[in-house]
Amino acid sequence: MNDALLSVENLSKGFSSGARQVAALDNVSLTISAGETLGLVGASGSGKSTLSRLLLRLLSADAGSIRFEGEDWLALNSASLRRRRARMQMVFQDPLAAFNPLASVGAVLDDPLRIHGVAAKDRRPGEIAMLLERVGLPADYAGRPVRALSGGQRQRVAIARAIAARPSLLVLDEAVSALDVTVRGRILELLVDLQKEQGIACLFISHDLAVVRAVSHRIAVMDGGRIVETGPAAALVAAPQSDAARALVAAVPRLATDPC
Amino acid sequence: MSGIFCSLRQLSVTYGRGVAAALDGIDLDIVAGERLAIIGESGSGKSTLARALAGLLPEGARVGGEMLWPGLGHAPRPGRDFGVVFQDPGSSLNPVLTIGEQVAEGARRHLGLSWKQAYVRAEELLGRVRIPQPDRTMRAFPHQLSGGQRQRVAIAAAIAARPALLIADEATSALDVVVQAEMVRLLDGLVREDGMTLLFITHDIALASGFVDRIAVFRNARLVEAGPVRSVLSAPKSDYTAALIASHRDLATPPLIAEVQP
Amino acid sequence: MNWLRRLLRTPEGAAGLAILLILLLAGLLAPVVSPGDPLRIAGRALLAPFTDPAFPLGTDRLGRDVLAGLLYGARTSLAVGLAAAFSAMVLGLCVGMVAGFAGGLIDEALMRVVDAFQIVPAFLLALAVVSTIGVSTPIIVLAIALGTWADPARLTRAQVLAIREQDYVASARVIGMHPAEIAFREILPNALPPVLALSATIVAGAVLTEAALSFLGLGNPNIATWGSMIAEGRSVLRSASYLSIIPGAALAVTVLGVHLFSEGLGKALGDNDVGAA
Repeated sequence: MNDALLSVENLSKGFSSGARQVAALDNVSLTISAGETLGLVGASGSGKSTLSRLLLRLLSADAGSIRFEGEDWLALNSASLRRRRARMQMVFQDPLAAFNPLASVGAVLDDPLRIHGVAAKDRRPGEIAMLLERVGLPADYAGRPVRALSGGQRQRVAIARAIAARPSLLVLDEAVSALDVTVRGRILELLVDLQKEQGIACLFISHDLAVVRAVSHRIAVMDGGRIVETGPAAALVAAPQSDAARALVAAVPRLATDPC
Repeated sequence: MSGIFCSLRQLSVTYGRGVAAALDGIDLDIVAGERLAIIGESGSGKSTLARALAGLLPEGARVGGEMLWPGLGHAPRPGRDFGVVFQDPGSSLNPVLTIGEQVAEGARRHLGLSWKQAYVRAEELLGRVRIPQPDRTMRAFPHQLSGGQRQRVAIAAAIAARPALLIADEATSALDVVVQAEMVRLLDGLVREDGMTLLFITHDIALASGFVDRIAVFRNARLVEAGPVRSVLSAPKSDYTAALIASHRDLATPPLIAEVQP
Repeated sequence: MNWLRRLLRTPEGAAGLAILLILLLAGLLAPVVSPGDPLRIAGRALLAPFTDPAFPLGTDRLGRDVLAGLLYGARTSLAVGLAAAFSAMVLGLCVGMVAGFAGGLIDEALMRVVDAFQIVPAFLLALAVVSTIGVSTPIIVLAIALGTWADPARLTRAQVLAIREQDYVASARVIGMHPAEIAFREILPNALPPVLALSATIVAGAVLTEAALSFLGLGNPNIATWGSMIAEGRSVLRSASYLSIIPGAALAVTVLGVHLFSEGLGKALGDNDVGAA
């Protein structure tokens, strides 16, 4: 484990509701290397979303450390954190809620370009067109309001926004769960392509093992706030060791085409 | 026993302000006692179908064609003749009423039971839908339950008055894969035990194919194809159905990513 | 201008806008139609309306032209109403935003202040301010604003609290947007619509309060106001009821116009579905 891109150690986060203390994350550790996709699976309530929010510093951890690109990620604050955020981006689950209802596609893509100085003002429209093309959308979509797009299209815009600032790590939190099945496959292909082309590492979070299997090099299984199993994707799916992993494998719906 | 429960003849629905039809000329029979899956993606009209059957279309919606109910002999009464389970377990239950009240309501209103009898029935139903500790849950409020548990309660409430038809409108879509599988098993069991007809609306063809008898595929407000599930899956007549089947991913599907780690 | 078109398509919006435009015109054209000081003695006293073409709406007890009073009074009502509502909104928006963002003790402290202002009936507060400080127009505007800023403050805060939890605000943070930019570009524009809908009610209330203050003799005595006209008409209510009825009717129509406009605006802004999914 020399220079992993992301190294999470003993991360913990608890919530208190009333008198009860709930450990949403309990001593979670994981690593992601540059250019690799780590799939994170678990049932609802296993802590996956809490982990993603802690990574993106939308929540503060109770204990533990996160090293990202060789720096202490949790120690960064305010302006320095904002600058470094360009390196770690996120795609959310709900493609509608992830955008300002009043925003146009162009404005949404302009934000990261402007904030992180990726391109000078006059070069930005060109950069936006390139981003749109990269995610499979026509360049003239820049003028449209985000609300006018379909779910799959919005998610493409979300991916474009996330890669605009040239991150080294992309966190995808149930990014395809709300999409139609036919659209899902294309978005997954897009992600795999982007990774091959730009070497972006991904943390792909989902409750659906089949989707995770399709795009991940390695898979980590979460249950009750802990990581209960990690391993290469093919091996884990073929021979799950933990109860949680077995339950996830068994729960994947299979097409009933087999003659019986 | 296997008569036609409901018959749709050229059913069309257009919403008030819309120009395009949400449902366009649907001809479909629902056989009494069968489990029928309605498969479609967004915009296919599957939810509109559920609402039309349940009488929940908004004001200003224009309906063409007809819905006949030979299985009932009269227009269906909500709650009594059919029950509906909706997609969002968070908003389909009233947050200020106890679980017991909400499940017992249907029984009391439609079966003419007293509140006391209705509560007894409600507790039985909670047991049938495999809620742990049904007696305690009777007094709990929806926010104290998990999504999967709330959905079970919604099912209990929907079948409280022993309806002949249960409409599950994307009832599992908001749940995670493990809970989805449990929910499907539960629905299957309940429907078999009570001899109900089940209309299972979903976008997940594989999930439905695991337990239903027939599937009907919808696309862009039209009925594309309908038939026994095995036939449709092994020999789809339409390209769209074939595409749906092809885009299904399970653990046996080859991954998109190269196996070798970079 | 999309919303303007939508507004005009609703019957309420169209009617409301029409009334408000007529009022605006009345105020603007006052010096053209009735030149000179409206409070000067123009003719014979207690002339009935529609009897003398020089004084279409008659004259009052002192011989002042009722039409002139009406037109100049429109100015006062509109100016005071709009200025008071605007001040109340701005103050309410600022306090609400600060409370919603800051949270914790600042939020608590500000909300207690809002509570205090909400508890006191707006009119009594305005009355107290005007009778203590004085009766100039800016003071009247301040007095009315003090009584009405609490509602927009509360509503703004509620909106900010709700919007803060949305994914798009989290998205903005993840992108690395500066908190101030998030506040003004992401949150404020989305928090505004319900608060703007409230503004119309505030304008209507302000117009009425101003009239009531002048009616009680606490208005600016040097300008024509509908309230003072109604007050003056009281003593001759039996014999010359038109003196109170005409400005009273103008007041009623104004308030109606504002309410209709706000209904229409609410519908126009609310009809926002651009389709999809």
